Amino acid sequence: MKNYVIIGNGAAAVGVIEGIRSLDRDGKITVVSRENRHVYCRPLISYLLEGKTDENLMLYRPEDFYERNGVKVIYGKSAESLDPKSKKVILGNGEALDYDEICIAAGSSPFVPPIEGLESVKKRHSFMTLDDAEALAADLTPDSEVLIIGAGLIGLKCAEGILGRCKKITVCDLAPRVLSSILDSDCAAIMQKRLEQMGIEFLLGDTVSRFEGEKAIMQSGAAVGFDVLVTAVGVRANTSLVKSAGGETGRGISVDTRMRTTLPSVYAAGDCTESLDITSGVKKVMAIMPLAYIQGRCAGINMAGGDEELNNSFPMNSIGFNGLHCMSAGSYDGDCWEQKTERGIKRLYTKDNLLKGFIIIGDIDRAGIYTSLIRNKTPLDSVDFELLKKSPSLAPFGKAFRDEKLGGVI
Amino acid sequence: MKRVYVNEKWCLGCHLCEYNCAFANSGESDMVRALRKKKIVPNIRVEEDGEINFAVSCRHCSEPICVKSCISGALTKTDGMISIDHDKCVGCLTCVLVCPYGCVRESENGAVQKCELCLNNTVGEPACVKGCPNRAIIFEDRG
Repeated sequence: MKNYVIIGNGAAAVGVIEGIRSLDRDGKITVVSRENRHVYCRPLISYLLEGKTDENLMLYRPEDFYERNGVKVIYGKSAESLDPKSKKVILGNGEALDYDEICIAAGSSPFVPPIEGLESVKKRHSFMTLDDAEALAADLTPDSEVLIIGAGLIGLKCAEGILGRCKKITVCDLAPRVLSSILDSDCAAIMQKRLEQMGIEFLLGDTVSRFEGEKAIMQSGAAVGFDVLVTAVGVRANTSLVKSAGGETGRGISVDTRMRTTLPSVYAAGDCTESLDITSGVKKVMAIMPLAYIQGRCAGINMAGGDEELNNSFPMNSIGFNGLHCMSAGSYDGDCWEQKTERGIKRLYTKDNLLKGFIIIGDIDRAGIYTSLIRNKTPLDSVDFELLKKSPSLAPFGKAFRDEKLGGVI
Repeated sequence: MKRVYVNEKWCLGCHLCEYNCAFANSGESDMVRALRKKKIVPNIRVEEDGEINFAVSCRHCSEPICVKSCISGALTKTDGMISIDHDKCVGCLTCVLVCPYGCVRESENGAVQKCELCLNNTVGEPACVKGCPNRAIIFEDRG
């Protein structure tokens, strides 16, 4: 009977468990969870503060998930070191766990920027975990003026989540636009306008140079008063366990298409890894929840003796603010085809007879059809792309495709 | 596992399946009251390819990327059917971003909606199939 250990208890860990159990019902599975919680949906913490979900509804899997899958969870502990030779992982309390196969699904940690006077700010928070969300909520009053550093996905979802719980929100970012990691300046301007209509104020191309108590002095010289601070400048992959054991790491833990690290019997999945983005050909950290689960599942199947490969990954995001949805995928490389719509914009990027990426704001209906073109590397001359550009549908794929997909079992 | 299949050579392009779907999932007992003067948002959609028409609804895939990608745990697959928990769904639309067939869509209640083979409404069998006048949509087991 195999002995599996999983470090981490998020979406990737669930993928590993379900991957293992698809082949091996009997092996022993132990999960080491830093947080003292049943697996929940981290991206939902903003929805929790907004009142759109609750702690029970936001569980990623039902309460009996571990029991049903025969998983032992060690709560409130983290892994401190890994010895791939003796196949042992040492926990924070000194306890050693033996393993036959291990998956590192340790996620990422918020990066807190070194800013002069930061330690003098009494109410300061990150926004990654349920504990973070609860601590932030406890500090908010209807009179709170909140400063959020970082206009990325985390900072802006945080802003939306707490909008009804405070008086004022200012978001600053060194980048000149919102959502700079996924949007170009034109598209970012559309989303910024919506966020401003919601009552969120922005200071872009500017960031805090120092704190003086409850006043932030910006690089531009402006002073921003606040009483609650949220730092959301980015995250860093938790690579140290593999790195200190001699495994290859970059910004994330290096994995191959079977989620193997360079250490024997050590796999990795989720936000702590870096892997190949097929749209750019570059290895990168793609910290998105769907990929965390899919990578975890791939790792789990291989750990249990199966042969599963993952070679169609690329970054993608779906984010909405007050009903205005924005979807993005892949790389913005090659020729750009643009369509302006009443509610937003669509930009498709093509190169070498392939769809490489897209940004759609507003009319996102059936956008997954575009995503599938990227995922499957569909040659654009094999479909009626002129028709597809205007509106995503299945007709442009032709009869043979329809016979297979709509007439068969897929 | 029985699934909904389309026989495109028989499809008349009448769109009745869309209306039957919208009615079946409306919670109303009267079709006129359910649909009159409303923009329907059905889980099955009729497409056109020149002279050919065909209806598209959830394939209930063997390896469902919508379920794997769901960030709220709201989409699940049980006994071969993919269903959506409207209470758990927060409407992030990640499933819309990944479904290769465009078969998950935004609904009026803030969650997403999709074909659940009419097993979660009062009809109990696919209303699109039941109401198709030319048997262009069928509900059967093809393995």
